Amino acid sequence: MTRFLSMLCGLTATLAMTFAMANTIAPNDVTIENLGIAESLTGVAGDPAEGRKIFMSKKLGNCLACHANKDMADQQFHGEIGPSLDGVASRWKAEQLRTIVVNAKAVFTDLTVMPGFYSLDVGANIREDLIGKTILSAQQVEDVVAYLATLK
Amino acid sequence: MNKALITSTMLLTGASLLASLGLQATPVDDALVIDGELEITTQVKAPEGHALKELYSGWRYRTDETRAIEADSFENPGMLGVEQGEEIWNTVEGSEGKSCASCHDDAAVSMKGVGAQYPKWDADGNKPINIELQINKCRVENMGAEAYKFDKGGQKPLTAYIKHQSIGMPVTVDLSQGDMQKWWEAGKETYYLRTGQLNMSCASCHEKNQGKYIRADHLSQGQVNGFPTYRLKQNKLISLHNRFRGCIRDTRAEFPAAFSDTLMGLEVYTTWRGTGLSVETPAVRQ
Ligand code: HEC
Ligand code: HEC
Repeated sequence: MTRFLSMLCGLTATLAMTFAMANTIAPNDVTIENLGIAESLTGVAGDPAEGRKIFMSKKLGNCLACHANKDMADQQFHGEIGPSLDGVASRWKAEQLRTIVVNAKAVFTDLTVMPGFYSLDVGANIREDLIGKTILSAQQVEDVVAYLATLK
Repeated sequence: MNKALITSTMLLTGASLLASLGLQATPVDDALVIDGELEITTQVKAPEGHALKELYSGWRYRTDETRAIEADSFENPGMLGVEQGEEIWNTVEGSEGKSCASCHDDAAVSMKGVGAQYPKWDADGNKPINIELQINKCRVENMGAEAYKFDKGGQKPLTAYIKHQSIGMPVTVDLSQGDMQKWWEAGKETYYLRTGQLNMSCASCHEKNQGKYIRADHLSQGQVNGFPTYRLKQNKLISLHNRFRGCIRDTRAEFPAAFSDTLMGLEVYTTWRGTGLSVETPAVRQ
């Protein structure tokens, strides 16, 4: 029974993934209107718990390197390069938060130092193994955006 | 909104957060006097044409503990490297049966001030030369010894020993020699070039955001006056070109070879960006 269940779960997960892949918008196909990206990049709802982990992780978003965030008061060392993200969901709509994470330059102009997490508009001499790759995957962006939406 | 208001609000949030972490933002107001007698200039007005008004040594951004270690030459672990460099200075190597001392005698006399004026123009090579490459030139041309490979052999300790002879003296770079001005310009381009997947330049961190924390790191102006520096995190002397490569690598970019034209230009330019700060070699950093 347990075995059957886990098989079933596995199957659902695979299906979900295939679904996600098929509907994923490629970095260069993302459309920005009025500073917003209206559609989910994957069609799969973001997972805020996952997004919270990505926000903290030095290997993934590392957002904490630049942004303070009271929701992570247990973490040492919050950066000060960008503004504190407390209450950020009251300042920006979800579709604008998506744009900021995808390509902050589209909102804050080329002058911003915030990296574009789902953009191929990168700096010179990019590391060879990273050519054509984005910092976060489309689903990871959706997870982070879902997490940011909880910061009211 | 009023600019002063924005700044003071930012300072307030920043300061309260930092205070809760026991950290200090912006350069600290403190004077570096090594062993209670040698005064080090850690703050100076920037030369004309500089993007920053006031220049600060990286020492001013470090913790109380780290600053205290540099202020005491017995505590400074970088001094062991300097002593090692002194031994190498006096050691005969190569087919000519010579040491550095055979030609230059007492480094305290012959090398005083030298480290404060590099990189300089090398007419033979038709490009700028730094201390590391000058050592290699002497080894090959005058000693009949092999050039040191990057960061290998005695390169770091000997460079530290030579630069240490200028400790306390102001950094100057003579841009009127040869094509130094062109190399300065190339270096400036490198400094402002955004690189890698993170799309950041030296200026993104060390000009625009100096004084702020990036996670646990307090961003300094990226001054080069203390190199080779002793890094407590790595427990060893770190050369300047190693630091350059590390910072570029952190933007997730391919990084240039040590002593490549790109990094030599960057050394000329960043040295100029620290004009007037004292040589601190071996500085102590986190
Ligand atoms: C290297 C620094 C850096 C990193 C890393 C970074 N940001 Fe930012 N971020 C900034 C800066 C700077 C701004 C302010 C915009 C500007 O003026 O450039 C900003 C602005 C924002 C804003 C708008 C905030 C507001 O109140 O208006 C959001 C939302 C945001 N960032 C989210 C993120 C998330 C999520 C991540 C990680 C996935 C992240 N940032 C990573 C530097 C960074
Ligand atoms: C993503 C941020 C970032 C970028 C981009 C960056 N650095 Fe750094 N750099 C640091 C950090 C963090 C440190 C350690 C703390 C400090 O001294 O600022 C550092 C330290 C240094 C130091 C040592 C300063 C001292 O007092 O010992 C030098 C020199 C330096 N950087 C030069 C550069 C140059 C040149 C570039 C561009 C090629 C560059 N950095 C790009 C983050 C960066």
